[in-house]
Amino acid sequence: MSFQVELPHVGESVTEAVIGKWLIKPGDQIEKYDPLVEVITDKVNMDVPSPATGTLTKILAEEGETVLMGAVIAELETGEESAPVTPTESSPAQSATSSPSASRIGTLVQGANVGPTGGEFLDTSLSTNEPAESSEASERSGGVSRRQKGFSPVVTRLAAQHGIDLNSLVGTGLGGRVTKKDVMTAVEASGSSSSSVGSNGDEIIDPTPIRKMIADHMVKAMTEIPHAWSAIEVDVTGMVEWRAANKDQFEREHGVRITYLPMALAVVAGALREHPRLNSSWVDGKILLKTAVNVGVAVAAEEGLVVPVVHGAADASTVELAQQLDGVVKRARSNSMTIEDVQGGTFTLNNTGALGSVWGGAIINHPQAAILTTEAIVKRPVVITENGTDSVVVRSMMNICLSFDHRIIDGAEASQFLQAVKSGLEAITSESDLK
Amino acid sequence: MPEQTVIEAVRATMQAEMQRDDSVILLGEDVGSRGGVFLASDGLIDEFGEDRVIDTPLAESSICGVAIGAAVNGLRPIAEIQFADFVWPAINQLVGEASKVRYGTNGVKTAPMTVRVPYGGGVRGGLYHSQSIEVLFAHTPGLSVVAPATPYDAKGLLASAIRSEDPVIVLEHKRTYRLVKGDVPDEDYTIPIGKAEIKRPGTDLSIFTYGLMLHYALQAAEMASAQGVDVEVVDLRTLRPLDEDAIAESASRTGKALIVQEDTPAVSISSEVAAIIGERCFFDLDGPITRLGPPEIPPMPFSPIQEAAFMPSPEKILAAIIKLAEL
Repeated sequence: MSFQVELPHVGESVTEAVIGKWLIKPGDQIEKYDPLVEVITDKVNMDVPSPATGTLTKILAEEGETVLMGAVIAELETGEESAPVTPTESSPAQSATSSPSASRIGTLVQGANVGPTGGEFLDTSLSTNEPAESSEASERSGGVSRRQKGFSPVVTRLAAQHGIDLNSLVGTGLGGRVTKKDVMTAVEASGSSSSSVGSNGDEIIDPTPIRKMIADHMVKAMTEIPHAWSAIEVDVTGMVEWRAANKDQFEREHGVRITYLPMALAVVAGALREHPRLNSSWVDGKILLKTAVNVGVAVAAEEGLVVPVVHGAADASTVELAQQLDGVVKRARSNSMTIEDVQGGTFTLNNTGALGSVWGGAIINHPQAAILTTEAIVKRPVVITENGTDSVVVRSMMNICLSFDHRIIDGAEASQFLQAVKSGLEAITSESDLK
Repeated sequence: MPEQTVIEAVRATMQAEMQRDDSVILLGEDVGSRGGVFLASDGLIDEFGEDRVIDTPLAESSICGVAIGAAVNGLRPIAEIQFADFVWPAINQLVGEASKVRYGTNGVKTAPMTVRVPYGGGVRGGLYHSQSIEVLFAHTPGLSVVAPATPYDAKGLLASAIRSEDPVIVLEHKRTYRLVKGDVPDEDYTIPIGKAEIKRPGTDLSIFTYGLMLHYALQAAEMASAQGVDVEVVDLRTLRPLDEDAIAESASRTGKALIVQEDTPAVSISSEVAAIIGERCFFDLDGPITRLGPPEIPPMPFSPIQEAAFMPSPEKILAAIIKLAEL
C-alpha cells in the first residue's frame, strides 16, 4: 500500500518550511518514527519522523524547496494491503447513475405476515389504494391566494446567468410563480445570443476572444507582478523644434513620416541597454536579463489593444526605427500582423500622449519588467535658471511614466532609467543629426 | 436469479459469512434453538453449534458488551437485538464504548462487530415494538449505521458490516422482513457503506428516504407519474455516513427535495439531509426543502386507525409530491 508522507504542522504560526537534508534515499527501508528528513522553518529546525514503516519510493520535495505545511513530500510503500473497510460493490456491476431493476428492488407480498412475533398481523395496506383526503391536499387548495410571489434561488441564478428578465415571464407555478422550468424554456426560446438586455435596460455583451485574452492577460499581470510607479517630466522643446525643422525633408528622403514615437523609442532602447534590469523578466524566482532589446509599442487597433514588437531596437537608427514602426503599426491596424510581429517583446512603450493623456499608471505587459508611457506634449510656463537668474519661459513639456516590477527593480534603478531617458530626449535640439 | 424476502436474505447472508469466516459468531436472545424471534438465525445453531450461535440472557447491555469484548479479541460477532425498542440498555456499550474503541486505543484495537437491530412500525406493535431509533446511533461518530430496504441491499450491506473493521449498526425494518421480496444473486457481493442509490430516476423532484418508506415512496412516485410528475427516489441506504455527494447531486439536478421518513422529524435524519441540501444546493433550489414524517408524539399508537394516521403512507407522500411539484 502506498503511503503519502505529509509535512507535519509544527506550530500555529508556521505555514511553510524549507526541506533540509533527506536522511534516506529512495529504495531505502525505514522504521516508523525513525528520522526521515530535516526540515527548517523560521521557528525551528527538526527531523521529521517517518509516519510508517516501509520503503521510501518517491521524494516529492527536493532539498532547499519551500513547502507548505500539510503538503505531500514523499511516498512510502508499506507493503500492507489497504483495509477492506469500504468494499466496493462487486456484483452485479452497476454504475453510480443507473438504477437497479424492479426485480432487485423487490415487490410487496400481498397479505404477508408482518406481525412482530409471527402469525397474527396480515398486511392489508396494498388493497387500500384510494387517494386519501389528506390534510396536505386540502391545505393545497387554500394555498394559492396565501402564497406571496417570489423568485427561488435557482430561478434568480439562471435568470442572471442567461440575462432573462423575470418580470417578462409568465409563471406556470402555483399562483403564477416563475419556476425553474419557465426560465429554462425562456432560455431555449431566446437562443444563445451574444448580447442581451437586462431587466433595467442594461446590455450584456459576450466579449470577443481577443477581449477575453486581454482580460486574462491584465489579470495575470496585475495579480502576479507587484507594480510600482514613478514619473518624471521632460523638456522636449528641442525635440519639437527638430521635428518641425526636419519632418518634410525626412519624409522625402526616407519615405515615412517622422513622429515623436521613433525618436523616443531610439532614446528608450539606448537607455535599456544601459539599464539591463529594466529589460528583464522574473522567471521561477530568478531574474532573466534579456540580451535582445525588443520594444513592444502599444497600438489601439479596432478589436482592442495590440502590441507589435520592434526587434533589435537598441541597434537601429532613428530612421530605421521610423521605417520599422511604420510597417508594423500599419500591419497592426490592418489586422495583418505576423507571429514575428507580436513575439519576443522585452519592454513596452506606450505613447498615451497621442490620446491626450498627461499622466498614467500602465499595467506591465507580463512577463516583462517594466512599461513606459510617453504622455502628451504640452506648452507650459517653466522656471529655468540661467547664470543664477530665475525666469519663467514657455517650454514644451512631456511627462514620462514608468510602471515597474518591484521584485526586480527598486525605486533608485527606476529613477536612473527615467533620468537616462530624460537626458536622452532633452539632448535633442533642432541641430541634432538623427540618423 | 433466486427471489428472497428480506428476512431470508439476512439469514442466508449470516450463514454464508459464518461459513466463509470462522471468526464470525452470533449472539442474542433466542437466536439459538428458537432461531431468532423473526427466524433470522433459523437452523444456524444446528450448522455451527452452540459455540458460535449463543443464546444470551435478556440483557442487551450484556449482549453488546460481550460482543465488544469478543471483537477486540479477534472475533467478528453479530449481535442481535430482538427489537430496537429494547436497545436502550445497550446504549452505553454501543455509543459510549464500541464507537470509541479505535480512537481510545490509538488504533491498536478495533471492534469489528455488527449489531442487527429490527426497527420500525406499521406492524401493530404498539409502544414497545414499533420504535425508530436510528438517530441516536447515526449521531455518533465511530459508528456506521446502515438501513437496507430491499433483500438485495440487505445481503450486500450486512456482508459489508460483518467484514468491516469497525462497529456497524444494521437497521432492518421489521415490516419489510416478509413484505418485500426481490432478486438476490447467489454469488458473494458487498455494497459499500456510505453509498446511496437512485432507486427510481426522475427529473421533477427528488425524494430522499430509507427503510420501509422507500417502498411507499416508490408507490407514490408511480401514482405521481400518472399525474405527469416525474419523481426521483433516492434510497439513502446508509444513515451514517450519509452519501452527501449523491444527495447534493440529485437535489441540485431536480431543484426540489422531499425527505420522507417514518421517524419523527425533529432533530432526525431528515434534518441532516435538509441541512446538507441547504448547504450544498442553495443556488439550485426551486422550492423549499420539504419533510414528511409522523406527528411529534411519543409512541406509535396501537389502535389500527391511529397507527395508520401516524404512519406516512403512499397517499400522504403523493400529496406532498403534488404540492411541491405544483409550486
